[in-house]
Amino acid sequence: MHIRTWAAALAIGMSAWAVAGAGELSGWIAVEGRGFLNDPLHRGQERDNASIAAQPEYYHTWENGSSFTFVPFGRLDSADSRRTHADIRELNYMYRQDNWFFRVGVGKVFWGATEFVHLVDIINQTDLIEHIDGEDKLGQPMAEFSISPSWGTIDFFLLPYFRERTFPGRRGRLRTSRVVDLDDVIYESSSKENNIDVALRYSNTFGGADFGVYVFRGTSRDPLLATPDLVPPELIDPEDLDDYKLIPFYEQINQFGADLQYASGNWLWKLEAYWRNGYFQDYFAATGGFEYTLVGVGGSNADMGLLCEYAYNDRDDGGQTIFQNDLFFGVRLSPNDAASTHLLAGFAQDTERSENAVSVEASRRFGANWRLILDAWFFLDTASGSVLNELRRDDFARLELAYYF
Amino acid sequence: MRDMSWAWIVTVVGLIVVAATDRSVAAEPSAEERGLAIATEADRRESGYGDSTASLRMVLRNKQGQTSERELRIRTLETENDGTKSLCIFDTPADVKGTILLTHTHKEAEDDQWLFLPALRRIRRIAAQNKSGSFMGSEFSYEDIAAQELAKYTYRWLGDEVYDGNDCYVIERTPVDKANSGYSRQVAWLDKEHYRTWKVDYYDRKNERLKTLTFQGYRKYVDRFWRAGQMDMVNHQTGKSTTLNWSDFTFGTGLKEIDFDRHSLTLLR
Repeated sequence: MHIRTWAAALAIGMSAWAVAGAGELSGWIAVEGRGFLNDPLHRGQERDNASIAAQPEYYHTWENGSSFTFVPFGRLDSADSRRTHADIRELNYMYRQDNWFFRVGVGKVFWGATEFVHLVDIINQTDLIEHIDGEDKLGQPMAEFSISPSWGTIDFFLLPYFRERTFPGRRGRLRTSRVVDLDDVIYESSSKENNIDVALRYSNTFGGADFGVYVFRGTSRDPLLATPDLVPPELIDPEDLDDYKLIPFYEQINQFGADLQYASGNWLWKLEAYWRNGYFQDYFAATGGFEYTLVGVGGSNADMGLLCEYAYNDRDDGGQTIFQNDLFFGVRLSPNDAASTHLLAGFAQDTERSENAVSVEASRRFGANWRLILDAWFFLDTASGSVLNELRRDDFARLELAYYF
Repeated sequence: MRDMSWAWIVTVVGLIVVAATDRSVAAEPSAEERGLAIATEADRRESGYGDSTASLRMVLRNKQGQTSERELRIRTLETENDGTKSLCIFDTPADVKGTILLTHTHKEAEDDQWLFLPALRRIRRIAAQNKSGSFMGSEFSYEDIAAQELAKYTYRWLGDEVYDGNDCYVIERTPVDKANSGYSRQVAWLDKEHYRTWKVDYYDRKNERLKTLTFQGYRKYVDRFWRAGQMDMVNHQTGKSTTLNWSDFTFGTGLKEIDFDRHSLTLLR
């Protein structure tokens, strides 16, 4: 009886759902192999790895302006048990009217302008174990309210739950010699991950310029990674800590950030900057540069973008910030072919230490649903004592074949 | 003496006025004036639709005849004083699903363009001054796809010709911003009855014929606006071609400026 009542209710509910709007399912499933040029440097690491991942997406929209989005994600990795992980990238309900909307649930928001370093993007935590480029993000629980009067857009975010950054485990590559301890995470806030973070952003467009300014108050997304002896004793009993691990410390910060994109002719100028007030010190960070686009290079159909960016960070953290004073050069190549081939190559040079690295990312479509992605990173020269130095044997090439549906 | 000079002035001015009037009444308008008049009338007939939506299927063909397809939805809004706003939302291929191109064309100023990349939820501005690049790998460039703003070309009437059973004007369009166009000139065939375009020849910078665009399946919407159901662009130099199949034209859908705002890109599907 009960089961039949439930089944009937479910059937009615589902048909109401189907009648009231339109739903669609899309997403991708991919196999990936990462091959490393050298044997691992750190004890316990496996040399290469293979993995399979999927990210379906369900989207439902109703006539009244509301919509529902669900994007789960999961990966199975052959080497690193931490890289075998699942996440809810998005699970949210949005209600939109002409010039305002609100969204509640797990969401994803990107702020920023530059290509190589993403400084001001702060709402979502980085899923670092996915890719060293830091562009994969964990879903963030949020309530967002946005209104766009004639003089710009104001977004308000209430972020009630904090997501910890992911780091490679003992058997994974692209890590420091000390594994990051995920059991003894330290928060400055006594509410720990339940600290309620807030953010307020204003953005607008004037002619060729898009800009945004924001204030964020809450738990920093970038942990300071400390050896147990450096952890402030008032925050944790050193006896509880594993000697050979790095302890992530998430401080409370006030951050004022700004981002700007300005297009003029074939030039695109980009700037990101923030000022942060945290537990140990106040500091400033900025990154900016340009992209110049050559259309139809050599009489062909191809476009070529030449990129140059500079990143500066005055945080005094014993070399944990990889990009403190670095120059980046890049080339973006789009042949504009039927397979939507893309290539982006970058070169990073530290201006203070003799450190540099190269990355190449290329992809093309096969048939209507397949895409092949190749990316490779080479840490050419690293200085002792820096984070990059610990990755000096981790030059790798990654090949991914994804099926989109 | 004083009267004399007044008389002279009046006479001279009178003669000039007569000469000028005579010229404008009797002399044939120049080819440039006729070209501009035809383009202006075509533009006038094209204006006033307010907003529209449509579905577009693009079929790309290479020299060997292999095809690949893209499906997208187009939303367009006329603004009161300055150009057109448009959204291209990609539905297929699946790996670019959700990618959106937003364009604000301006009557005279540089156009604004943004690309929304759904995987990263990122909006990238496009330095779009140069419009000669290919649109999504097709034989259409951004300048072929974008709304044609009258002031961005100069015009010349080349003659009248019957094209495909239609009595047509043949006009030449030359881009004002030559450095950022892929063409030295375009030659277009417009029928005299409704000012619909039936064919355009595109000439490259070396003034050689590069591409030909033909239109078919015109239908009238809201009693006024003609839209072609199919457009075929053939590249004579590479042998490649692209067909655009348009469907589901809807006018007066209630789209607003806010729907074409940069911030709205993150909310669209």
